[in-house]
Amino acid sequence: MQPLIRIEGVSKAYRRDSFDIPVLNKLTLDVAEGEFLALMGPSGSGKTTLLNLVAGIDRPNQGRITVGDTDIAALSETALAKWRATHVGFIFQFYNLIPVLTAYENVELPLLLTPLSKAERRKHVELALGVVGLSDRIYHYPKQLSGGQEQRVAIARAIATDPTLLVADEPTGDLDKQSAEEILTLLDRLNKEFKKTIVMVTHDPRAAERAHTVRHLDKGELI
Amino acid sequence: MRILRLTIRNAFRHRLRSVLTIAGIAIAVTAFGFLRTVVTAWYSGVEASSANRLITRQAISFIFPLPYADKEQIARLPNVRSVSWANWFGGVYKDKSQFFARMAVDGDTYFDVYPEFQIEPDQLAQFKRERNACIVGADLAQQYGFKLGDIIPLDGDIYPGHWEFVVRGIYRPRDKTIDGTQMLFHWDYLNERIRQESPGRADEVGWYIVKIDDPARSAEVSDHIDALFANSRAETKTETERAFQQGFAQSGNVIIGGINFISFVIVGIIMLVLGNTMIMSARERTREYAVFKTLGFSAKYIATMIFGESLVLSIFGAAFGVPLTIGLVKMFEQFVPKAWFPVFYVEPVTYVLAATAALLVGVAAALFPMQRAMRTPIVEGLRFIG
Repeated sequence: MQPLIRIEGVSKAYRRDSFDIPVLNKLTLDVAEGEFLALMGPSGSGKTTLLNLVAGIDRPNQGRITVGDTDIAALSETALAKWRATHVGFIFQFYNLIPVLTAYENVELPLLLTPLSKAERRKHVELALGVVGLSDRIYHYPKQLSGGQEQRVAIARAIATDPTLLVADEPTGDLDKQSAEEILTLLDRLNKEFKKTIVMVTHDPRAAERAHTVRHLDKGELI
Repeated sequence: MRILRLTIRNAFRHRLRSVLTIAGIAIAVTAFGFLRTVVTAWYSGVEASSANRLITRQAISFIFPLPYADKEQIARLPNVRSVSWANWFGGVYKDKSQFFARMAVDGDTYFDVYPEFQIEPDQLAQFKRERNACIVGADLAQQYGFKLGDIIPLDGDIYPGHWEFVVRGIYRPRDKTIDGTQMLFHWDYLNERIRQESPGRADEVGWYIVKIDDPARSAEVSDHIDALFANSRAETKTETERAFQQGFAQSGNVIIGGINFISFVIVGIIMLVLGNTMIMSARERTREYAVFKTLGFSAKYIATMIFGESLVLSIFGAAFGVPLTIGLVKMFEQFVPKAWFPVFYVEPVTYVLAATAALLVGVAAALFPMQRAMRTPIVEGLRFIG
């Protein structure tokens, strides 16, 4: 079966002042379509860097990353932004909702980049908020929601454009146990019911248990 | 539509900071508008001067008089349509703080060479008939409550003695740029009394006003007039009315130049106030901008949001500042004697300058945060802790 994500010989180093700090070292990895992959490892092991590269918000120094048929490292900034808008949904540890926008408006944000009409956007937003169980909170601002609810709005925003791939960076890292369980159940459902490919970075072994596959990174290499 | 709503919400996200910034811009716009008004008021005489009037004065200094007899020689020159004259009277009305221009003028010609002083024909005729009559400007009449038939007593200083004049006319300035605070009376009346009391000072005029046919010939006519009196005991200096007024205005050039400079320094201060707000706002939202980029929004979209927010604040500042300027100028007019600044109003160009300055400041204040937000890589932005 053709993998959805193919990472071939990817290296990444960051420059801090006059020092090059290697983060990923000739890493190779395939992620199948419909996979739920958890990336684990100690701080500084390169998990988030790998996630950023897969999501197209950072570029490798070396190697090739293919998602579907697209070599994303070869895309221009503009093309990469368009590609992200269409193919990737992001879930962050700290939700990263826009505080001056309601839940509805936050979820609608990525849809503004699509050619959908206002009525069509409304349908998508209501569907996404329905999936995460927040149909009754659409006009609430982030500060009027609990942490778990904010993360569910963030998930609704991530799935509003019906992307191929969901990337989640410590999605339960800022939540209490019960809210974390709810979010993990939701991700599980998105993977099983809506066939979303999910790549999740986590420190939490309970979160990793929900994934089909768990890969460990250490010092920029898969172990 | 969504970006506009988001921009406005962002602009007022920190209400206190936004209100203080808008207040800062509004006060600065007001100060800028007010100072510009002072500058334009100072040069109002220059602006109101006529191109077809020349002023002939004593070559050594304006304070020395010219012989009355010069009038006939000037009037005979080619391209001279008419000649009028005036003397600065000075004097004290009530007390020295009650200042307004008091001048002895030739009643037969003065209002012909100054058509911008508009007076009813019957009042002018009455003025011409009565030796101790005077005409006052409408603004002066309003300030002191002068009515036709009132007597204005003056104590002379340049021309000593007690003087009384009967108000026989009230002139209206043709427009806002014309001084409506002058008191004008007959030079003949002044001269007759001086001839009796100080014969050595009789038959002297302060300056001649020469109306010419063609403004293009002003230099030629000026040369002719000055040539007439070269090597005489009272050589003349003739110049256009504009140059003459500029000569007066130049006496305060350093102060007015300073005011002018400060008015532009204020524009710089507005820029710093707004720039500081925009830099803080954009810095606090570094992570948000990274999220927008992550979702697929372009760097240009982010820049537009920052630019829009800066413009919203500057537009609000200008919207409050311009009416404040009008209010401050009106208040100034009420508290400061009209004769100190006879022409004091906010010129339309001052509104345009103040509003343009505020908008330009809005643009300039957004440049650095825009550039920073556009250049910050997504990964770096997401790591930002404000």
